[in-house]
Amino acid sequence: MDAFISHTGIGVPLKRSNVDTDQIIPAVYLKRVTRSGFEDGLFSAWRGDPGFVLNNPAYAAGSVLVAGPDFGTGSSREHAVWALQNYGFKAVVSSRFADIFRSNSGKAGLVAAQVDEKVVQRLWELLESQPGAEVTVDLESRTVRAGDGPDAVHDSFDIDDYTRWRLLEGLDDVGITLGHEADITAYEASRPSWKPVTMRRG
Amino acid sequence: MGRTLSEKVWDEHVVRATPGEPDLLFIDLHLIHEVTSPQAFDGLRLAGRSVRRPDLTLATEDHNVPTLDWDKPIADPVSRTQVDTLRRNAAEFGVRLHPLGDVDQGIVHVVGPQLGLTQPGMTIVCGDSHTSTHGAFGAIAFGIGTSEVEHVLATQTLMQAKPKTMAVTLTGSLPAGVTAKDMVLTLIAHTGTGGGQGYIVEYRGQAVEELSMEARMTVCNMSIEWGAKAGLIAPDQTTFDYIEGRPEAPTGADWEAAVAHWKTLVTDEDAIFDEEIVLDASRMTPFVTWGTNPGQGVPLGASVPDPGSFEDEQDRVSAENALRYMGLEAGTPMREVKVDTVFVGSCTNGRIEDLRLAASIIKGHTVDATTRLLVVPGSVRVRLQAQEEGLDKIFLDAGAEWRGAGCSMCLGMNPDTLEPGERSASTSNRNFEGRQGKGGRTHLVSVPVAAATAIRGTLSSPADLEAVAVVKEA
Ligand code: SF4
Repeated sequence: MDAFISHTGIGVPLKRSNVDTDQIIPAVYLKRVTRSGFEDGLFSAWRGDPGFVLNNPAYAAGSVLVAGPDFGTGSSREHAVWALQNYGFKAVVSSRFADIFRSNSGKAGLVAAQVDEKVVQRLWELLESQPGAEVTVDLESRTVRAGDGPDAVHDSFDIDDYTRWRLLEGLDDVGITLGHEADITAYEASRPSWKPVTMRRG
Repeated sequence: MGRTLSEKVWDEHVVRATPGEPDLLFIDLHLIHEVTSPQAFDGLRLAGRSVRRPDLTLATEDHNVPTLDWDKPIADPVSRTQVDTLRRNAAEFGVRLHPLGDVDQGIVHVVGPQLGLTQPGMTIVCGDSHTSTHGAFGAIAFGIGTSEVEHVLATQTLMQAKPKTMAVTLTGSLPAGVTAKDMVLTLIAHTGTGGGQGYIVEYRGQAVEELSMEARMTVCNMSIEWGAKAGLIAPDQTTFDYIEGRPEAPTGADWEAAVAHWKTLVTDEDAIFDEEIVLDASRMTPFVTWGTNPGQGVPLGASVPDPGSFEDEQDRVSAENALRYMGLEAGTPMREVKVDTVFVGSCTNGRIEDLRLAASIIKGHTVDATTRLLVVPGSVRVRLQAQEEGLDKIFLDAGAEWRGAGCSMCLGMNPDTLEPGERSASTSNRNFEGRQGKGGRTHLVSVPVAAATAIRGTLSSPADLEAVAVVKEA
């Protein structure tokens, strides 16, 4: 996994709450056997609507999604995170995330930045008045920034310490756990010999 | 202070514990199927990693395999690709696979116990939420996401925060004709679908102790339907007897050592659960769902509830939506609901005892002319055993369809689906909108209710059949 220190990119105002994983990517798109290519399914029910925000050329190359509360509720499908990443999103800013979505994001390297509801409102106003404006999500200082002058937004966001540390170091869970390999090996050596195996060794 | 069963099993598997971090837990058995594993193997490949413990890993094909023509290439190209991918991955990474056509193929949660791989005190995971089934043996077993599947493949461990503990005590004995399925459906209607959120649940009490091993699996299977992380039952003589002699069960001195350890896997007298629920099993009756989540159920003898009778605003709205989707009128007696298809199968009720019970009720009857009965064994071994006992003949003589092993109509990923508007009585575990096919309407039922419903064409219990027989004789 690539390390995430700070990212600056076009902000996309997604002015909806309760965006569930079925809306992020419907089940019919889950049949792929790879981790890539899910961008076609992203928000597929809305992409046909010319008024949908990603259909506006100013936002089409967006990489920071700013969404309403309860983002990512519903099924546990990790494909929802992959679809956002495959499209090009590096971070999602919202005032509330569903637990499993937040956990899947942390594992896959997408930053789920939880901010105060007012920050979402101010970002929406800024991004709508200046389509294509950039938003910075700085994981090091846990801040989200956008614009300058009186409308500028500069506020802190929440993310748990453990996930932040992992993302800053670019460590995926597997990498971290393999760092404790000696512990695993020691544990394995202590397992009783009668525990079942699916294949006889040797 | 004493510890609960689940705390004992948890503690035995902690590889590394550090304050402020989740525990690193060792996984004794990792089960794999075709739908949630491809990206995990891909991740290993990209990182140049291998499967750490292929000898603790087992794969089978179940979710989207056909239950007809299983000896021919799979007709649906998408399903075929997923199955082919699993076969390639299993071969490349050295994982034991029971593919379609193999005598040990079947639903992953039927295959593990039947091979004797599921044993007390283990940690068992699978990229499937009904992994909770294996808890019936006194194991901590739960479903995981695809990144976690990859994590287990690479490290044989998982990072997990320790859940809270809950005891569900079922007192008394279940009345005759009332099954483990009715017990768990009653419990879920009592707690709601989120009642178990954040807990590992231990089912205990006289009614649980009296259940057979397969019936215990039915109860633990549905733990996830009320939100529990996992559900488990303390191992006892019933458990040991079920495991002894199975292909992967310990033997000789190993067996003695294993049983000696398993006997320590009980909740200590002075252990304290974070939460407790007590229900009287002796008052339970056949239970069926009327709505679109497993918590929306009533006794078979009751009527479709009036949404207005729910105090909670959200419950009322969800009941209104459910009745609209299900095409049901409040006040209709459940027994008058006409059913088009009856499905007997799934990891909830697709084992040999379930088929024996269904056959014992169906024997000598015919399936209602306007109703279809689909019987899908949970595994090839269940299918063969049933054939040896002549159960297939009973089903076929009654006019039922006798199929190959797999998940089938439980989730309709293969061709076995409901048509829009079609109504089923199903022994499976989820009645979500569209679960068994787009627009399909599902009533979750026990095996006896499924069998009687197939014969009468409306939701029924075996007692209703006796009434018919008595009238005819008189
Ligand atoms: S039978 Fe149904 S619930 Fe069980 S594993 Fe298959 S799809 Fe899942």
